[in-house]
Amino acid sequence: MSVSTVTKEQFKSFVAALVDSDQNVVGVQAKDDKFAFGELTDANALRLDYDVTILPPKKYMLPQREALMNFEVAGAAESVQPDEKMVLLGVHPYDMIAINQMDELFSQGEYDTHYMNRRNNITIIACDVVTDSKNVFAASMNSATCDTGYDILLTAIGDAYVVDAATDKGQALVDMMSGANEATDADLKKREAVHEKNIAALNKHELECKPSFLPKLLEKAYDHPVWEERARLCYSCGSCNQVCPTCYCFDVQDEVNWDLKTGTRCRAWDGCLLTNFATVAGDHNFRKKRADRFRHRLYRKGKYVPGKIDGQIACVGCGRCVTACTAKIANPVEVYNTILETTELR
Amino acid sequence: MCECSNGNKDIYLPELCTITKRRMLNGTELFMHLEKDSGEDFDYIPGQFVEASVAGIGEAPISISSSPTQKGLELVVRNVGSLTKVIHGLEVGDKLGIRGPYGSTYPLEEAKGKDLVFICGGIGLVPQRSFIRYALDHRADYGDITILIGTKCHEMRLFREEIALWEERKDMTVMETIDEGHDCWNGNVGVVTTLIPKVESHLPNSQILVCGPPIMYKFVLMALAEAEVPQENIFVNLERRMKCGVGKCGHCQMNEHYVCQDGPVFRYSDLAHVPEAI
Repeated sequence: MSVSTVTKEQFKSFVAALVDSDQNVVGVQAKDDKFAFGELTDANALRLDYDVTILPPKKYMLPQREALMNFEVAGAAESVQPDEKMVLLGVHPYDMIAINQMDELFSQGEYDTHYMNRRNNITIIACDVVTDSKNVFAASMNSATCDTGYDILLTAIGDAYVVDAATDKGQALVDMMSGANEATDADLKKREAVHEKNIAALNKHELECKPSFLPKLLEKAYDHPVWEERARLCYSCGSCNQVCPTCYCFDVQDEVNWDLKTGTRCRAWDGCLLTNFATVAGDHNFRKKRADRFRHRLYRKGKYVPGKIDGQIACVGCGRCVTACTAKIANPVEVYNTILETTELR
Repeated sequence: MCECSNGNKDIYLPELCTITKRRMLNGTELFMHLEKDSGEDFDYIPGQFVEASVAGIGEAPISISSSPTQKGLELVVRNVGSLTKVIHGLEVGDKLGIRGPYGSTYPLEEAKGKDLVFICGGIGLVPQRSFIRYALDHRADYGDITILIGTKCHEMRLFREEIALWEERKDMTVMETIDEGHDCWNGNVGVVTTLIPKVESHLPNSQILVCGPPIMYKFVLMALAEAEVPQENIFVNLERRMKCGVGKCGHCQMNEHYVCQDGPVFRYSDLAHVPEAI
């Protein structure tokens, strides 16, 4: 695998060629005054200088709504397996780390072919952050930079990108970039400087402990007043779930076609903050209180999911929930810091 | 039909089964006997559940009520939602989609040679029946078998003929109670916990299997604590919204535990630090 340098102009020509090919290309583009991942039809629309996207790129591995199977009503069903290939352009390190976690969660134990097929059909071109968003705290979560999961990592250094091919798929794309030269020591030093800058700058909310301490911290916080104090203002809208790159809970629903004879079983995003998330038949709700649902999300990020993936903390510090929360209560750093400041930790 | 992808099975695809028998156990509970259309038999262990579905309506977790010592699969479905209402309308010969079995099992091996006490509240009898029938089919492997059954009212009583047969047997004890008295009922009246003192001397050395509505556990577990039953000897079979059954969708989570995988049967002593459990 190679580490090369291309000018931004040369990279744009590469993207233009990619867009003109029969590949499905998805990249970050401006959407009003924000940014979003979407199908790329014009290389000029690609914005690798974006701060953060409204939704994380998980929607390409776990779409908001996807068909699991087609069926005959009250009869047999046939599996729907996605097979569309895609190049995903502009994944930030924190989102890359979130994707790596989901890859583990969907492949461990019972192997989820729907997620994994989509994932395996995606070539990821990640990029280091150029502009910090107003609520990012990736540095606090050790996810300001990443070193695995992508096929290519781009780092903007002045008028050029350092292009790090990490897989054969990535190398094949780099081989298509005309003008790519082996990166010089000076280029690599500039890349190092970008990483150092991001580790310092992507920290608008500063967690007062190492993220690896969170599972231990939460062992002592179950009855902390912070859950009630914050959840008092919670609208149970689930926005924090919907924008989170590591939330992957889903519901499954059957949709019947107009012929009333056939249909599709779909899965759709769900959220543990929504009132009826844990309601069973007969209307018994096992997590009825807002504070209990609020606590559940932060325990999932800091303790429960880490227990399934070797201690990796399931908050990557993208800051999207901080921005999305109408009541301004979702900030994980504020919650964890409050617990840190008020809990006896021996 | 494509069931495989790179050699991996689609974990969400149900297998079609045919309803071979059906009857109402009371006004709301439908009993069904199923056989796989593939001709294979079901492979499960008492305590486990399946995901049952009607394509076009939906899918829900349902406890297995039969024992693997018999042929086919038996389920009991309460008419309580849009899916179960449709299932209640199905006739013999109609199809049901089945995935699974999923989840943990009753301690069949560990309980060998020991006395068993089943405490069942309402439709809690349904999954318990799987282990009861299994134990009766392996009668020599287990000690005394005691079954305490509490039902809301006389009309709601389940498996009446089968319970009458159990009552006739000399090698087991069955006690029933109903919450509200009734003219046609000469037996015990009161919640299931009122039966516990009657078998109290029996409890500390038995394996206790508990299943019932959420509110029942609190009171049964308090009564068992009073009777000084070690928590290691108590097994609870818990209900949650096991939507996917395979540990992904998150709905059945109870603190760090996924009930669809770590449960539904839990050893009570393992739930000491799981405040969302009981």
